[in-house]
Amino acid sequence: MFRYILRRILYMAVTLFIIATVSFFLMKMLPGSPLKAEDKLSEEQREIVLEKYGLNDPVPVQYVRYIGGLVKGDLGISFTFDNTPVTKILMDRIGPSAQLGAQALLIGTFLGILLGLIAAISHNGALDYTSTILAVLGTSIPSFVFAGLLQRYLAVEWELFPVALWGTFEHTILPTVALMIFPMATAARFTRTEMIEVMGSNFITTARAKGVSEYGIIFKHGLRNALIPLVTVMGPMAVSLMTGTLVIEKIFAVPGIGEQFVTSVMVNDYPTIMGTTLLFAFLFVLIILVIDLLYVLIDPRIRLTGGES
Amino acid sequence: MSKLLEVKDLKVSFNTYNGEVQAVRGVTFDLNKGETLAIVGESGSGKSVTSMALMQLLPKPHGYVKSGEILFEGEDIVKKSTRDMQKIRGKDISMVFQDPMSSLNPTMKIGNQIMEGLIKHQNMNRTNARKKAVELLELVGIPHPETRLNQYPHQFSGGMRQRVVVAIALACNPKILIADEPTTALDVTIQAQILELMKDIQKETDSAIIFITHDLGVVANVADRVAVMYAGKIVEIGTTDDIFYNAKHPYTWGLLGSMPTLDSDEEELFAIPGSPPDLLNPPKGDAFAPRNEFALEIDTVMEPPMFKVSDTHYAATWLLHEDAPKIEPPESVQRRMQGFSNTGSKDGEK
Repeated sequence: MFRYILRRILYMAVTLFIIATVSFFLMKMLPGSPLKAEDKLSEEQREIVLEKYGLNDPVPVQYVRYIGGLVKGDLGISFTFDNTPVTKILMDRIGPSAQLGAQALLIGTFLGILLGLIAAISHNGALDYTSTILAVLGTSIPSFVFAGLLQRYLAVEWELFPVALWGTFEHTILPTVALMIFPMATAARFTRTEMIEVMGSNFITTARAKGVSEYGIIFKHGLRNALIPLVTVMGPMAVSLMTGTLVIEKIFAVPGIGEQFVTSVMVNDYPTIMGTTLLFAFLFVLIILVIDLLYVLIDPRIRLTGGES
Repeated sequence: MSKLLEVKDLKVSFNTYNGEVQAVRGVTFDLNKGETLAIVGESGSGKSVTSMALMQLLPKPHGYVKSGEILFEGEDIVKKSTRDMQKIRGKDISMVFQDPMSSLNPTMKIGNQIMEGLIKHQNMNRTNARKKAVELLELVGIPHPETRLNQYPHQFSGGMRQRVVVAIALACNPKILIADEPTTALDVTIQAQILELMKDIQKETDSAIIFITHDLGVVANVADRVAVMYAGKIVEIGTTDDIFYNAKHPYTWGLLGSMPTLDSDEEELFAIPGSPPDLLNPPKGDAFAPRNEFALEIDTVMEPPMFKVSDTHYAATWLLHEDAPKIEPPESVQRRMQGFSNTGSKDGEK
């Protein structure tokens, strides 16, 4: 088990290196330059600034320098906030993003499983159709539409929650709700399908023949087996949450990484773009690792290669 | 011998998009304490559906008992609530299923799967249930029961899994054990072991067994009595000797004739022509008539009642009517039945 994790971490490093390389060159292909209001700067001033940030060197040289810093854990200095290291910017801003993401993922998945379970139990009943319609709406309508609606009605018209900005827990409610719709709908759909299939399998009949109560059938025998495939879709779901935060943070003016990322792309703040991309990439590979480990916990048939037999 | 179970004119139907499928069309039999009744028939004859009805485990909402009674110790199971049935299932009546590969929960330890019933029905605490589970695994012949308890189904072979399923079924000393083709999915050597095991256990616990199978060879080995089912009805019922030496129904003849035996060197294997009727629109008269070379005219008009052959032996065929022509089974089947009685009854059993 330990050796397995160690090996996976090595793979993670390789993956991140490849992502860093690809996104570095992709980023260099972005149109425009980090300099704002370029026409107001003289040729000489521009040279000085570009020289200062090392942007006059050929791209491969810049690349090697960047990777060199990366290995030492240095993400560079942001262009927009003078002399602030990117690491510090990310550290300052990860809090709100992580809170929103975790809240949305946990609450969304939990409610989704519940919804899917109710749908599966009342298979083809009114509750089933209601929750299926909700799930379809939730997966097909983008989160920023919900965000707008929530702001309009819950915040502006009924004044139940703050419209935007960050501070108290109440500020987190609307963005969390907007974010969690998608994981909730996805979890509901999967739980329903899997649960219906599992409830038709032979071992459920065995359990019934043992005299197990309906409660035990659903939770002890059914749900655990139904959740295995759900774990697989949790990964992409968590990732789509991360990208979802980009827009949601912008809409709710949350001082998170997503909001920072959008801004930095607009002004060609290269080190910040790279830093944020790598942070997202890191979270992504980390989530995949966590999911693989989760599998072992819920499905005894899965063994990790490299672990004890 | 007292009657443990009485099934009276049981009818089970399934609602499908095409209409009502009458899977079981009036089945009557009884089961005495400690005896083994085999229900034999081809696929779709209603034998598994009958057993599911005994457990009230028909797939809801499509399957339902249309009419009839299932009296277990005098009480009608059909009328019992779900909650009451949960108390009977696994305790008084339990079941061994056909496919050991899929009938155990893949994410639950074997021990917990065995202990579940014990804790529920016998109010045992976990420690005692565990002890009992170890005993059960020993009883069904699984070596190292202590370690095996903590393993998952995928760590067992098919035969071992079926032993576990048997252990689960036996956990609370059921009065009736329903075995629904328990050896069909196993290879021949394991089949024999599981059958031996069930016989041994029956001697020890005095459970009655309802043995559902399409394999007459298995029947000869284990059953005291045999019920032959065709198209949702019992067409012949009698002691194992009655059925094997003195079968009266042409369908039973067909089954006996199509049974491969080791000494059947000279004759070709006999196949019953045609296929079973569509139970969506069951035929008028005798359902077996279209496939029956001895069919009489009345077979297409009226269903034959159960004719009494002896106190233990009944068969539903017009051939037994006093006005019917005297027809003897086909010669090959006669030779078979002769052969069975010569080799002595049931492999030296009894």
